[in-house]
Amino acid sequence: MIPLLLIHLIKIACVIGVMLGIVAYTVLAERKICAWMQDRIGPNRVGPFGLLQPVADGLKFIFKEDVLPHHVNKVYFTLAPMIAMIPALITIAVVPWGSQLVIPSVSHDPIPGVIANLNVGILFVFAISSLGVYGIVLAGWSSNSKYPFLGGIRSSAQMISYEVCLGLSVVPVFMQVGSLNLMKVVEYQAQHTWLGFTQPLSCFIFLVSAFAETNRLPFDLPEAEQELVGGYHTEYSSMKFAMFFLGEYAAMFMASALMATLFFGGWSLPFAPFNAPAQTLTVGLIHIGIFLAKVCGFLFFFIWVRWTIPRFRYDQLMTLGWKIFIPLTLLNILISGVVLAVITK
Amino acid sequence: MTMQVERPKLTIWERTYLPQILHGLWLTLKHIPQRKFTRQYPEEKPPLHGAYRGAPTLVKDPEGRVKCVSCQLCEFVCPPKAIRITPRARPEDVPDANVEKEPEDFVIDMLRCIYCGYCEEVCPEEAIFLKQDFAIAGYTREELRFHKEKLLELGGVQPDSIWKWKFKGAPPLDAPGAPKREGAGRKG
Amino acid sequence: MYDILFWFFSIAMLVCGLLVIANRNPVASALFLVLLFVFLAGLFVLLEAFFIAAIQVLVYAGAIMVLFLFVIMLLDIKASERRKFRALGVVGGIAVAVAFVWELVIILTRPLKPLATGGDELSGGLEQVVKPLFANYMLPFEVTALLLLVAMIGVVLLSKRELK
Repeated sequence: MIPLLLIHLIKIACVIGVMLGIVAYTVLAERKICAWMQDRIGPNRVGPFGLLQPVADGLKFIFKEDVLPHHVNKVYFTLAPMIAMIPALITIAVVPWGSQLVIPSVSHDPIPGVIANLNVGILFVFAISSLGVYGIVLAGWSSNSKYPFLGGIRSSAQMISYEVCLGLSVVPVFMQVGSLNLMKVVEYQAQHTWLGFTQPLSCFIFLVSAFAETNRLPFDLPEAEQELVGGYHTEYSSMKFAMFFLGEYAAMFMASALMATLFFGGWSLPFAPFNAPAQTLTVGLIHIGIFLAKVCGFLFFFIWVRWTIPRFRYDQLMTLGWKIFIPLTLLNILISGVVLAVITK
Repeated sequence: MTMQVERPKLTIWERTYLPQILHGLWLTLKHIPQRKFTRQYPEEKPPLHGAYRGAPTLVKDPEGRVKCVSCQLCEFVCPPKAIRITPRARPEDVPDANVEKEPEDFVIDMLRCIYCGYCEEVCPEEAIFLKQDFAIAGYTREELRFHKEKLLELGGVQPDSIWKWKFKGAPPLDAPGAPKREGAGRKG
Repeated sequence: MYDILFWFFSIAMLVCGLLVIANRNPVASALFLVLLFVFLAGLFVLLEAFFIAAIQVLVYAGAIMVLFLFVIMLLDIKASERRKFRALGVVGGIAVAVAFVWELVIILTRPLKPLATGGDELSGGLEQVVKPLFANYMLPFEVTALLLLVAMIGVVLLSKRELK
């Protein structure tokens, strides 16, 4: 028997480890896939098929000189990359990676496949990830130079606008499921249908808003290389830059995990034995595999879109958010409410 | 007269951007399995045009003699002044003493060279040639000042039919048995 | 454990609150206010009001303060760091502070009723908040919404007036 606290610690270590591993390899996947789309080969020198590239990149980041320009506000300048990276790592705690792991030799009760089974799960995710914007805003402001500042200003407006869309777009999901708990959302989908099919509009708006929230192309205005040099991370170098970089990809992982959990059944597949919480260890592990496969699918989609669609103009972005998506989400909530009221009667 | 071009009327479906986005996504997806055009550079050299102007080098004739006679025309013509020649007189007793000068040292600063090819063009002896080497790298500036030995090594032997060394006391051009002077006067 | 966390969050909140008003740099003040909201959310978590805690961080720290920061960043910070105290401001501030302390004393000297808790402990206070809001206090809720809407339209109108 292993004490509960130790089990939790092991779970956290595994989740963070796997997540950062996937994040590191997403960077490689991004370069590879972008190369393939442009009829190139992509990085293939470090290790077989370039598979050790993330290790090389990491080493390079560590050994690079950490430039601290004299005009920056040093405290906030150092603080910003940390704030940008941490939210994605915290929010993964409430996302269910699997149903449960039954290991009788370790604990009597099955170990749930989520670190924190919070009842306000999705609100926790939104609350913590909404703090991520401080990283970017502070980076932009403390750099004390014009391009980062413009990036910071853009990002604060953009992220707040799309947080509203993001929050409103998932309301119908929880109206249908009747709980904010992500574990319950997945169990509901395992028993019924995937919410992506019953709430297609929610799913679509959530997906697009997630692109804006993670600052990915076509909505990467805060960094917009062509206009703003590098946006908020223009002045950053070495590990501080790497933290922004990891933060962006970790946020992408988180967005993919949320897409999979909310709309595409999380760890479940719509047939036995994958549509019910696992009773054996093997099925439990397969559940985790299914979840990760879905996440990787969405990560691919993120990368695929990035190398296809050009950047939106800033006013187009704001119009899309405020004039189209928010009214649509409100309409969606109304329709869902009416339909649910009719059905439950 | 200005021409008025009517913008096409877009349907609502087209105005959502979605058809174009989906088309774009399909296009990029289609390219993933397609043939790749990457050249694995250090192993696979790019095919160069025959007239490509790479590093200037000194050449030897088929009998292994340095063709340069230190006339210093290349040094004079070189726009960035990348060439520096230290001439010396040839001793009287060498077999081909009709060549009076030879370079004691011949330096081309590859960092200054602009690969214009004037040196090759101006050389009366066809002793300097722009070869196809383009990846010239070194750790110090000094390393990239190529001296005579290095230049001769890069240049190698130029198969050439102007054997001027042999013409001291040789029969006149039209005499029977004279070596054929193919290509002579080509520079004129 | 509970007590330690309570004291930690409370003291941290007080320190942050002091730093909000003591800092001459408005950006630093705003950031300490964010930190204060996060610690306040921690106190809500200790009360098992997870819903309120999440909303606290989401709305105040994640949205409102970002807008504050957005505006502050556009100001000339050097100017506000140089600004001198004005007599009127000092007197007014002391007056408001005294009034506030007086109110606090009145409230805190009354006997305190325990908070009415109910429902299952992990519902996170969602039902305790939402049920009364949409059942018992529907009308005030809607009136509040209408008031906010009026305020919003007023702001839009004021900011657009010059364009006409």
